[in-house]
Amino acid sequence: MKVECAKTMAAEEVKLLKTWSSLFGLRVVWALKLKGIQYDAIDEDLSNKSALLLQHNPVYKKIPVLVHNGKPISESLVILEYIDETWKQNPILPEDPLEKARERFWAKFNDEKLLPSIWGAFTKEGKEREEAIAAAVENLKLVEEELKGKKFFGGEKIGLADVAFGWLAYLICVFDEVTGFKIVNERYPLLLAWMQEFSQLPIAKDNCPPHDKLVIKFQALYEKHHPAK
Amino acid sequence: MAEEVKVFGTWGSPFSRRVELALKIKGVKYEYIEEDVYGNKSPLLLKYNPVHKKVPVFLHNGKPIAESLVIVEYIEETWKGNPILPEDPYEKAMARFWAKFVDEKCLPALWKAGSSPENERAKAVEEACECLKTLESALNGKRFFGGDTVGLVDIAANFIGYWLRLFQEAAGHDLLSAEKFPALFKWSDEFSSCSVVKDSLPPKDKLLAYFKAHIAGTKAAETNASN
Repeated sequence: MKVECAKTMAAEEVKLLKTWSSLFGLRVVWALKLKGIQYDAIDEDLSNKSALLLQHNPVYKKIPVLVHNGKPISESLVILEYIDETWKQNPILPEDPLEKARERFWAKFNDEKLLPSIWGAFTKEGKEREEAIAAAVENLKLVEEELKGKKFFGGEKIGLADVAFGWLAYLICVFDEVTGFKIVNERYPLLLAWMQEFSQLPIAKDNCPPHDKLVIKFQALYEKHHPAK
Repeated sequence: MAEEVKVFGTWGSPFSRRVELALKIKGVKYEYIEEDVYGNKSPLLLKYNPVHKKVPVFLHNGKPIAESLVIVEYIEETWKGNPILPEDPYEKAMARFWAKFVDEKCLPALWKAGSSPENERAKAVEEACECLKTLESALNGKRFFGGDTVGLVDIAANFIGYWLRLFQEAAGHDLLSAEKFPALFKWSDEFSSCSVVKDSLPPKDKLLAYFKAHIAGTKAAETNASN
């Protein structure tokens, strides 16, 4: 029995293709760390994508890609669900189907509405920027509403939605610094409190990219999108 | 306890039909409520989906869920018969990947190809064809994306399985043809004629008329804009 266990453990191979700064890759890191899964991190240079990345994600050619015993999975939310189903400790999704649906709904909301609107506010100019900010304000209001009476989106402990929104906890302050404009401000006290709680979690504290390095990167991106006239 | 299952949808929407198809596959009885999304959204719809204010909305014993693929996964987890997703976590992940691909890449590309102004159309069509080619590769010789039976990806791709060919007929072009995408074309025949799907599709004539009117409306707007 002992020998068989050892054999199974030795055969388990988990690789994560990501970059040092990608918030999507970081979600997967958080999930793996939360469950105590050993993995090999491979940081990609997206200007020079490796043959491995192109082989494992031919459809999108993007990171993150999780490779489990040679089988690749792409798309961060799909990867998170796979991790939760494969390693049962510290679940990210609740048992109850309705609660699960709620987590999936809000994770989707982040990816399809909130994040694009804040990114639009960061990158666009003129009228497009105003529209992006207006959308972001609406989206933040809805997120704030969802946090009423809860410590985390998942309740007492974090779930899929928290992991999806987690980028706010460490990246929004970088945007604030670069743009001089605070989009997640005192109008959203619950969200600010949540950001504090999330950033204090061991997975966040130990695994976020360095702030200064992020500021340099996003400062450069900002200048690229807003060339001096 | 009496089970209460309701679907708020619109007759022509592939998204609300996804939910109805999942329920039909599972043999779940439900009440359907037609919403007038263009004219007059009902107070109930706005109450049950305050975030997006869209159809479909699914109501199970008074609890609302929005977003069609989130609803379909809920249906899968709540009613266990005739599974839409495989058991194996990896195969499940592949199904979710492709369903997401349909929603995030295929449908927007197809929409763009169908509604772009003349000068942008060629590029939009090329991108849509790339998507269809990639999607076709996921079929990999199977009858359905789900294998022998309709699964999550087939449900997600319902627009391609049925609506697209009617849209093409109305618009006078053929993105999805037997020559260009033989496997995907065959799949669309299999999908739209299979018994459980057939009964959950909007009527052909009504949908065709709707597309013709929509295209005429778009052309008129273009003409007016360029005058």
